[in-house]
Amino acid sequence: MKLSYLKNGETLFLDQGKCNGCMECIEVCPHAVYEMSGGKSRIADRGACMECGACARNCAPGAIRVKAGVGCAAAIIGGMLRGTSPTCGCGSAPAGTSSGCC
Amino acid sequence: MSEPWIVGSVNVKGRTVSVVSTRLSRKDAWGGVKVRWNIGRDRYAVLPGLYAAGAPTEDSPVLVSANYKLSFDTLRKSLQGIDAWILVLDTKGINVWCAAGKGTFGTRELEQRIMKVKLEEVVSHRTLILPQLGAPGVSAPEVKDATGWTVKYGPVRAEDIPAYLEADQRKNEAMREVRFRLPDRMAVAPMELMQAWPVLLAILAASVLSGLPFSAGYGARFFSFLIPLVGGVLIAVFGFPALLPYLPFKAFALKGAVLGLAWGVASAAATGASAASGAGLVLLICPITAFIAMNFTGSSTFTSQPGAALEVRRGIIPMSASLVLGIGLSIVTRVFTL
Repeated sequence: MKLSYLKNGETLFLDQGKCNGCMECIEVCPHAVYEMSGGKSRIADRGACMECGACARNCAPGAIRVKAGVGCAAAIIGGMLRGTSPTCGCGSAPAGTSSGCC
Repeated sequence: MSEPWIVGSVNVKGRTVSVVSTRLSRKDAWGGVKVRWNIGRDRYAVLPGLYAAGAPTEDSPVLVSANYKLSFDTLRKSLQGIDAWILVLDTKGINVWCAAGKGTFGTRELEQRIMKVKLEEVVSHRTLILPQLGAPGVSAPEVKDATGWTVKYGPVRAEDIPAYLEADQRKNEAMREVRFRLPDRMAVAPMELMQAWPVLLAILAASVLSGLPFSAGYGARFFSFLIPLVGGVLIAVFGFPALLPYLPFKAFALKGAVLGLAWGVASAAATGASAASGAGLVLLICPITAFIAMNFTGSSTFTSQPGAALEVRRGIIPMSASLVLGIGLSIVTRVFTL
């Protein structure tokens, strides 16, 4: 069963014009968001995208953009309390707000 | 440095590289259990640097890992009968995926670590195999430009490495996909329980008060409050991850609230609570289960930040309101014994 979540993949953007068909996005995506079509990558399952940023960081021609972030409520609450952007606060978050992620 | 999992050494170009055991000792296994329960998790690290598995040569593959001992142990356990080099990055004792998200399992650290261990003196090829989940932190094109080394992303799970190496370092779809099956979900559940201690403490304090006055029936009143609430925490910690794919709604907090509602009604009925005190219990249990469930987004493998932020923003007021109402109603029903 494929699990899905709120707002997944909303910030993901692929410029097919820049895609060189290297398939690295397919290689790094942990949720099979991409598929090849006519020698270029296309977003086949946007809703599965958790916006980890692996594809964009490893896309040599820079065809992919995504606002990468941690999908962690504790990190978001921690960010709100500290007045910073949400970061995984392993060991550094206020008591009770760090999660099991890291 | 003599770690018990170092079983020997190999000499390469006048240097000594430690050979690691590919079998986990009882101590390694126990250490893995403890960190799952958040015991000593902040300092469960190995020294970054170069290690060897088996009897690697200059043609052997180089596998990159994090210096969280659980990550490192998972890797070496999967290398039985394989000759390989292991390059451990300094991720501050954090696992690969989280460290990649933070950037500590990252491009710069990888580039510097390659130089520090003088990897070019150890192997004749120029290819590194990284865990796929390191990709959010590492830019393969940048590493190539800066160092000449080619970064290949291997399987998500270390257990697939033998098959990956066997298949000329090619992955199939299953090797690429992150799974979050029942055993995966339950493995991260105890962590949430250890994080929930302030909630449990508050419940205990509230239960002590709810039993007042100290007279006949104190124990019954104490437990009729304590058990439904502690049960709610346990349901959220263990029941929620177990039932995650089957609960309605996408927001974890709503899924958790559904679970809390069901448990609250059932436990109120089982303890023979009146309608009013039962409602008080439900109003208390739902925000607790919703909050713990919402926190589980951090342990899950498929949640995006905008989605989690939406849950937090929309969830805070209803959860707080329910908690306040629940406390108020519980006090009123106890004082007036409704």
